[in-house]
Amino acid sequence: MELNMNPTNNILPLHDTTWAFDKEEGSVINLMKSTHTEQIAEPIIEVPEDLNRNVLVSSVDALLNWSRKSTVWPLSFGLACCAFEMMASAMSRFDIARFGMEVFRATPRQADLMIVAGTVTWKMAPAITRLYEQMPEPKWVISMGACATCGGPYYSSYSVVPGVNHLVPVDVYVPGCPPRPDALLYGIMQLHEKIRRYRLLSQPAGGK
Amino acid sequence: MNIRTEPITINLGPQHPSTHGVFRLRVTLDGEVIVDVEPIFGYLHRGTEKLAEERSYTQIVTLTDRMDYVSSMLNNQAYVIAVEKLAGLDVPDRGKFLRVIAGELQRIVSHLVATGFFLQDLGAFGTPLMYCFREREKILELFEMLCGARVTVSYMRPGGVFQDAPDDFWPSFRAILDSLPYFMDEIERLLEENEILLIRTKGIGILTPQSAIDNATSGPVLRASGIPWDLRKSNPYDVYGDLNFDIPIGTNGDSYDRFLVRILEIRESLRILEQCWTLIPSGPVRSKVPYFFRPPVGDCYASIESSKGELGFYLVSDGGISPYRCKVRSPSLINLTPLREMLLGWKIADLMVIFGSLDVNMGEVDR
Amino acid sequence: MTIALKASDVAKALRGFFTDGILRDNLDELWIDSNYLFDLCKLLKENNEFYLNYLVAITGVDYIDRFQLIYHLKSLQHNHSLVIKTELIGRDSPSISSVMNIWPAADLQEREIWDLMGIHFAGHPNLKRIMTWEGFEGHPLRRDHLGG
Repeated sequence: MELNMNPTNNILPLHDTTWAFDKEEGSVINLMKSTHTEQIAEPIIEVPEDLNRNVLVSSVDALLNWSRKSTVWPLSFGLACCAFEMMASAMSRFDIARFGMEVFRATPRQADLMIVAGTVTWKMAPAITRLYEQMPEPKWVISMGACATCGGPYYSSYSVVPGVNHLVPVDVYVPGCPPRPDALLYGIMQLHEKIRRYRLLSQPAGGK
Repeated sequence: MNIRTEPITINLGPQHPSTHGVFRLRVTLDGEVIVDVEPIFGYLHRGTEKLAEERSYTQIVTLTDRMDYVSSMLNNQAYVIAVEKLAGLDVPDRGKFLRVIAGELQRIVSHLVATGFFLQDLGAFGTPLMYCFREREKILELFEMLCGARVTVSYMRPGGVFQDAPDDFWPSFRAILDSLPYFMDEIERLLEENEILLIRTKGIGILTPQSAIDNATSGPVLRASGIPWDLRKSNPYDVYGDLNFDIPIGTNGDSYDRFLVRILEIRESLRILEQCWTLIPSGPVRSKVPYFFRPPVGDCYASIESSKGELGFYLVSDGGISPYRCKVRSPSLINLTPLREMLLGWKIADLMVIFGSLDVNMGEVDR
Repeated sequence: MTIALKASDVAKALRGFFTDGILRDNLDELWIDSNYLFDLCKLLKENNEFYLNYLVAITGVDYIDRFQLIYHLKSLQHNHSLVIKTELIGRDSPSISSVMNIWPAADLQEREIWDLMGIHFAGHPNLKRIMTWEGFEGHPLRRDHLGG
């Protein structure tokens, strides 16, 4: 039984055959850059008028929300410098495992939370929206750092998206450049508060 | 019996658990053997060079430390040395020593991170990374004492550093110098006899010395191929000319040598820091430089030995408060030039080993 | 210390091989006509006295009426360096020959200069955009590209 294992048997190198792929991806990016000019509003939790000051949640909701917030699994999505503070928050000093979140999933299909840590460029934008769409409900997004919130120090650059809320709806914004791991943990605790107030019959807190 | 096979092209997308940052690779595989490779960068291209044309020389320091975000102090050092060469500024001695101390501490952090991630890609899922990050936290506390920030420090300025080290810096610094050698012993004991590490990295991804020079690699990648070239020795800057240290060199140019060169460089950095501890003089830390200073018309290129290789800045001045052109010679981008020839013929499980041993930082590749 | 070679010495040594092509020399910068770049660079690499086999960086600068390309070269064996400058007059599709056959290190750097400055390198096997995407309008680092 022979297998064809000669690595130098190619006629054309790979980079000569992929011009069409690159042009197609480039046109997708150009389309996104021209259409995503407005910021997506933050998903707000609907509270009916008679419960305006006390958000009462039924006991089923309370149990579900407690179990959801206790084990939010993040998607490993570090782009730039903020990724290192996110990793530092997962290490032994600022332990994120005490929240049940130390399992950073590699695939979006198993993740609940996307922490966008770092500068978002237009070239990366189709990948971000695709990853967001692949995450199952309920899902949340934390925008970590100044670059993901508003473009940061690179606001006026030709290739930087001025804030990831042009692409996906964001639940919690954590400012800083980069935010200390303590600040990220505070943002995560704020997200837990938000999850706690989610009602089963109302609009999903993380979806559109 | 002949079974017909066909190569398949897959995409190792920009989001991947093992990519060191946002890096994309199109790989053509024949079974498990890599037949062809096309790397795609640019997912973190932020336009640093264009933004530098509208900021003053002092404000660009903040842009430089976000390029290679694991070694911010070294990026700052490269930039301010280039500005000082362009404008003809002097640096007082204490400022130079503080720069060398900060630079070497940052080099230790960068190599620890590289080692931790290399071992994680091999499959030691998290444990060596935790140990390396524990030591990194101790050094980041020192940086916080020096300038207030952990990761993106903007500690250096044209003319020196921006403030002197506080009094409680020196005892903590001494404590780290005493404890890090024991940690390095621990790492070496765990790893240098480890069978999995040896089998998966020895002989994998060999870069010949001739190819390393032709492709203009620098830093640990060049030294692991056997070429004793280190800018701190061949073109000394700051106070490196007065210090004693060796340059670790590899023998085969494979992934194991690149990993080992980094571990040995941490030990050499500790030697340099010991000498700085005894030799540092007192005095001012920054020479008097106006905030918006205007260098004379001209251009210059200056480079230092960063943790990834030769990091250089080419600055063109037209007499104004911002540079006319600021170009970064990025070691990570140029170290990626031989990637295709290093990967062809190996199996897909070796791909991450070879790529991790090159220690590339995407913030510096894309700028 | 890395010695910066005096351009006048290099020019004197090279004038034996090429009568034209070397425009002028200025301290440590050697100015070359862009048509002769490939031949002169090949000579500099193979000459035993200079042996400039390490290409440190290629830079492109946009001076409004012309583009300037700067090549920083170094020799590891002799520990000396040289700067070569060449100019391309005019802004419409500037083009120069690629030095990839001399120094393979020029691969990604020339792609970056094509992407960001718009200088075309003839003979480069894979001149694709590297930092921005295919279909990006214009070349960002040119002085007339209004960003945002």
